[in-house]
Amino acid sequence: MKPVLECGLCWINAHRLVPLEDTLELYSLTIHAAQDKLRQGEITSVELTESVLERIAVVEKKVQAYISVQQDLALQMARFADERRAAGEDNPLLGIPLAVKDAIITQGVPTTAGSAMLKNYVPPFDATAVIKLRQAGAVFVGKTNTDEFTMGSSTEYSAFHPTNNPWNLSRVPGGSSGGSAAAVAAAETLGALGTDTGGSIRQPASFCGVVGLKPTYGRVSRYGLIAHGSSLDQIGPLAKDVEDAAMLLTGLAGYDFRDSTSINAPTPDYVAEMKQGDNLKGLRIGVPKEYFVGGLEAGVETIIRAAIEQLAGLGAEIIDVSLPNTAYGIPVYYIISTAEASANLSRYDGVRYGLRRDGGDMWETFRQTRQVGFGPEVKRRIMLGTYALSAGYYDAYYLKAQQVRTLLRRDFEQAFETVDVMVSPVAPGVAFEIGSKVDNPLQMYLSDVYTVTLNLVGLCGISVPCGFWDGMPVGLQIIGPALGESAILRTAYQYEQATAWHRQKPGEL
Amino acid sequence: MAKLSLTEVETIAELAKLTLTDAEKKMFQEQLSAILDYAEMLQQVDTTGIPPTASAIPLKNVMRPDEVRLSLPTEEALANAPDADEASFRVRAVLD
Repeated sequence: MKPVLECGLCWINAHRLVPLEDTLELYSLTIHAAQDKLRQGEITSVELTESVLERIAVVEKKVQAYISVQQDLALQMARFADERRAAGEDNPLLGIPLAVKDAIITQGVPTTAGSAMLKNYVPPFDATAVIKLRQAGAVFVGKTNTDEFTMGSSTEYSAFHPTNNPWNLSRVPGGSSGGSAAAVAAAETLGALGTDTGGSIRQPASFCGVVGLKPTYGRVSRYGLIAHGSSLDQIGPLAKDVEDAAMLLTGLAGYDFRDSTSINAPTPDYVAEMKQGDNLKGLRIGVPKEYFVGGLEAGVETIIRAAIEQLAGLGAEIIDVSLPNTAYGIPVYYIISTAEASANLSRYDGVRYGLRRDGGDMWETFRQTRQVGFGPEVKRRIMLGTYALSAGYYDAYYLKAQQVRTLLRRDFEQAFETVDVMVSPVAPGVAFEIGSKVDNPLQMYLSDVYTVTLNLVGLCGISVPCGFWDGMPVGLQIIGPALGESAILRTAYQYEQATAWHRQKPGEL
Repeated sequence: MAKLSLTEVETIAELAKLTLTDAEKKMFQEQLSAILDYAEMLQQVDTTGIPPTASAIPLKNVMRPDEVRLSLPTEEALANAPDADEASFRVRAVLD
């Protein structure tokens, strides 16, 4: 592993000169490369899945990306996928091994949300996203680690174990989809599902050097996603490259009558739309000036600015824009998300599912169950949300936050009048040392400054690798308007084609 | 305004149905006070006449056709219950 900070032009040349290795282990393939081999009959899904399971057996002890691995189930699904292919079926995800964040419900397979509360919970149904992947013929290898109930920025708040960043095992992978991001980075899966309430797909993607996409709110059904903040949560893909992310999104997106906030709009073929054109001429890219102020590490800023230069070199017009209410994003987010979380988590009372700790009478049973079942970050957020919603403080905190949310939305509406997409850092720094922020929740919350606003206003965003600082990956965030996934994927794809950052892999694990 | 007293922490915990240890109460008193102090910056924003946003997309009521469908079988609905009896979740008596 070497720290890399080189000029974009060198990388363009490097990329053009160095052909792709064709002697790779199967587990290291991208989804589209694996699918090509499956279609050509060069490999079977069983072989591909076995390769991934063997990789897990070798590196998982160090990375700890999974809460559970379903080896037998995965091989069974792979055999079935091979039978479907033999019967003439074809589908971009047929036979592809994938991981699912353990906050997304899978029928018959334990789903814990990273919490002791749901340690033994085996759901009797599938999330819609899971049903769609099953129908497409994907193979599920396991459930990935997450901060408890997806609350955290480092995957240290999992009740099971922390996940380690494959680039440096003493650092966090980011959170809360840190298990999914680390699994993709360590080639323990070809792709993964994550969830993003305030940046939980994009920030771990940035920290682990993979691609992570948060779709527009409502683009992917939330049915079967264990709720954190219902007006913010969104399921999305983590992948080795942009094309894989587009393939996964095409498989996941679409209207679902089971989710009353699902958007009823046709699903495009994101891969085809992403590949339109061979440069970025005519694309207007906004750079929000408020995203380049104090708190952003100098090394990260240098890398992001170099990436913006490269986008300009690809023909995009770079335009300075302003999002004047940016500074209010964090307090608005932490009031609204905790208020919604406190309401959503009221269902964990030890009656219908999950842990029960008997406390003598019914009320004491509720309290004891919740005391034992929830970890510190979940309790902290329930407390904060309960306070913000309580009589006497509702107007000062919750209502005020909802009003400022309107101003944040207007900021973006105004900016998107003059630009097609925007670019920014994903996080103020690179992956930090495990344990370094866990006792300072406010500092942990401030690391989400570039991601939370997208969730508050419902927009889509993608993190794509754009360099290294301090030996750790840095992601470039590309932000799109509502249902602007094709535009951000096209921008990310063109950038990726011109650079080789996504080809950098962690060293031996 | 934001500095929470221990009594307030206890009241919030009661509302949230959480039993906290003394150490947790003290920790949350400090941490929640710091977070709420930070959130005080929102008071600087003039929101006169600004409507609240509850959802990022315009929501309207969603109805489905009133058709009879299969629901989860009772045994599956009860499969994860900590305590069940016949077709019911079993809990301690709520009323004496």
